[in-house]
Amino acid sequence: MITKDKTKQSTYYESIIKQGYSRRDFMKFVTYISAYLGLENSMVGQVAKALETSYRVPVIWEHFQECTCCSESFIRSDHPIVADIILDKISLDYTLTLMAASGHQAEAAKKATMDNYKGEYILCVEGSVPMGDDGNYCCIGGRSAKDILLEAAEGAKAIICWGSCACNGCVQAAYPNPTEATPIHKIIKNKPIVRVPGCPPIGEVMAGVIVHLVAFGRLPELDRIGRPKAFYSKRVHDTCYRRPYYDAGLFVESFDDENAKKGYCLYKVGCKGPMTYNACGAMKWNNGVSFPIQSGHGCFGCSEENFWDNGPIYERLTGLHGFGIESSADTIGKVAAGAVAGGLAAHAIAANISKKKELKESISRGKRNEKALDS
Amino acid sequence: METITYKRVYVWELPVRIFHWINAIAITVLAVTGFIMADPPAILSNAEASDSYWFGTVRFIHFMTAYIFFFNLILRVYWSFVGNRFASWKAFFPFSKKSWRNFLHVLKVDILLGHEKHPEITDLSVGHNSVAGLSYFILFLLALVQVFTGFGLYSAMSDWWLPDLFEWVVPLFGGDFIVRTIHHISTWLFILFVLIHVYLVFYHDWLEGRGEVSSIFGGYKFVVGQRVKHKKTEEEKKDTEDAK
Repeated sequence: MITKDKTKQSTYYESIIKQGYSRRDFMKFVTYISAYLGLENSMVGQVAKALETSYRVPVIWEHFQECTCCSESFIRSDHPIVADIILDKISLDYTLTLMAASGHQAEAAKKATMDNYKGEYILCVEGSVPMGDDGNYCCIGGRSAKDILLEAAEGAKAIICWGSCACNGCVQAAYPNPTEATPIHKIIKNKPIVRVPGCPPIGEVMAGVIVHLVAFGRLPELDRIGRPKAFYSKRVHDTCYRRPYYDAGLFVESFDDENAKKGYCLYKVGCKGPMTYNACGAMKWNNGVSFPIQSGHGCFGCSEENFWDNGPIYERLTGLHGFGIESSADTIGKVAAGAVAGGLAAHAIAANISKKKELKESISRGKRNEKALDS
Repeated sequence: METITYKRVYVWELPVRIFHWINAIAITVLAVTGFIMADPPAILSNAEASDSYWFGTVRFIHFMTAYIFFFNLILRVYWSFVGNRFASWKAFFPFSKKSWRNFLHVLKVDILLGHEKHPEITDLSVGHNSVAGLSYFILFLLALVQVFTGFGLYSAMSDWWLPDLFEWVVPLFGGDFIVRTIHHISTWLFILFVLIHVYLVFYHDWLEGRGEVSSIFGGYKFVVGQRVKHKKTEEEKKDTEDAK
C-alpha cells in the first residue's frame, strides 16, 4: 500500500466525494463492482473500506500497436465512477490518449512516477510490441516500443495487459506478422502479468481488475494463462441465451433466412462462442444492452489467441495454413482420403499382376481340391 | 505338386478381439458424431427448442463413446503386458533382428510388391507383421492425441476429476481453436489409417489365404505345418520306433 505522506493525495473515497458523487453512489458502485468480481455479499464492506482508506496506486498506461478500443471500452464502462475516478481523475500518471500534458512534459511526468514509485506502480499495456527490425515499427517520442516497455516494466509492481493486442498480438500478429508483433508475456518474464484479452475487453471487466488490485493490493485469481478467473472461466457459449437452440439442433443457415429471424443458434454461420472464454454472455456490453450474438452476429472469438488466423469468421471451418488460402482441414482430408483410396486401388491391381504366379497356383490348387471333393 | 498342410494356431485372444471391435465401433461412432458436431446438418423443424435435444444427444453420444474408447485403450495396454506374444507390447516395435528382417521383407514384398529371392517360411508372420505392428503403435499415439485434446476440450464442461486431469491441455496450446483443429485433423488421420488397414487385411487374406480376415472374429490363423513344433504323442512315438 502507498502511504499518505508519500502521495500527498486523497483516498479513492475522498476523490469520489470531491467529484460530487454521494456516498450512496459510492456504495452502489462498490456493490456492483464486487458482484462483477464474483465476490460474495459480505465482501462488499471490505471493498468499500479499502477504497475509503487506500491511497491512489500510480498507474502508467502505455499504448503501443493498438487501436485504443480498450481505452474506449474502459471509459464507456457502466458506472460513471469507473471513468471519472479510477481512470480519468486519479490513477493515471501517464496515458497518451487521455492525459492533458504532452511532449517533454508528459515524458517527464512518467519518468517522475517511475522514479518515485519504483516497485509500486502498476503498468498497464495496451497493444503489442513489434520486435522486428529492432522495434522500429512502433516509436513514441523517438523511442521504440520495445525500449519503452522494458524501461517501464523494470520498476512495475505488476503488469496488466489490456486487450488481445497485449495478450495475444491480435490482428497485427496475424499471419504473416510482418512487424513481428509480440504479446507482452513473451517479452517480460519476471513480473506478475494479468492478461485481460478481448478486442476490446468489456469495460466492467477492466474496471473489475483495477478495483481488485486497488482494494486488495494483490492480483485477482488467475487461470493457467494469466486471465482473471472471475471473467474468463466460462465460454461465451455456456452463458449464451441462444444455447437451447444449439442443443436442440436449430441453427441459422444463412443470415437472411427464417431461422435467423427466429433467433436460432449462430453456430453454423461461424459463431466461435463454443471456443471463446469471455464474460460477454453474462455481463454484455454498453451497460448490459447487448452483445454480438444478441445482435444477430456470431462471436468471432476476439479474446482467443490467434483468432484472426483460425479460419473464416462466417464459416465453421478448421482452417489450415500452408495449404492455400482458407483451405479447411476437411478439404485436405477429403483429398487425402481420395488419394489414399486411389493408391490402394492401384496397389490392388499391381498386386494381382505382380503376384500373378502365386495367385494362379493357389487358385488352381483350390479348384483342384474342389473337384476332388468326396462328397 | 506338393501339398501344403496348415495348422490352426490361436493368435488373437478373446480380450484382443473384444478390444479390436469395441475400438472399431468407438472410432466409427466418434468420427461420425464428431463430423456432425463440426458441421451439423440442416434439420428444419417447427418444434420449440424446449421440445427437442437432438444435437445435445449427438454430443452426449460422442462424449460417452469417448469414455468407452479411453477405457478400452487402457485395458488393451494392460493386456499388452499379460497377453500372449502376439498381444505383447513388444509386437509393436521392430527392435529385434528377426522383426527388423520381417519389416524389410514386408516393405519389399507387400508394399513395393517385389519378390524375395530366397523366401523362408518365417517371412510370413503369425501375428502382426512388423510394419503393421509399428502402424498400430502410431495409431496408439494418435489415440493419445485424441484423448488429450478431446478431454482437454471437454474438461471445461466437467466437474469430474478424470477429464479435469487434462485441464492443462488447452492453456498449453493457447486456446480451444488450435486444440479443436488438432482434434479435427487427427480424425482424418484415423480415417486414412482405417482405409489402409482394411485394405491390407483383405490384401493378405487374398494373397496368403491364411484366414487373415476371420482371425479377428474367431482368433485363429492358419500357419504352415512345418513351423509348428510337433509334440509326438505316445502312439506316434511307438510308430516311429516300429519303423526303425
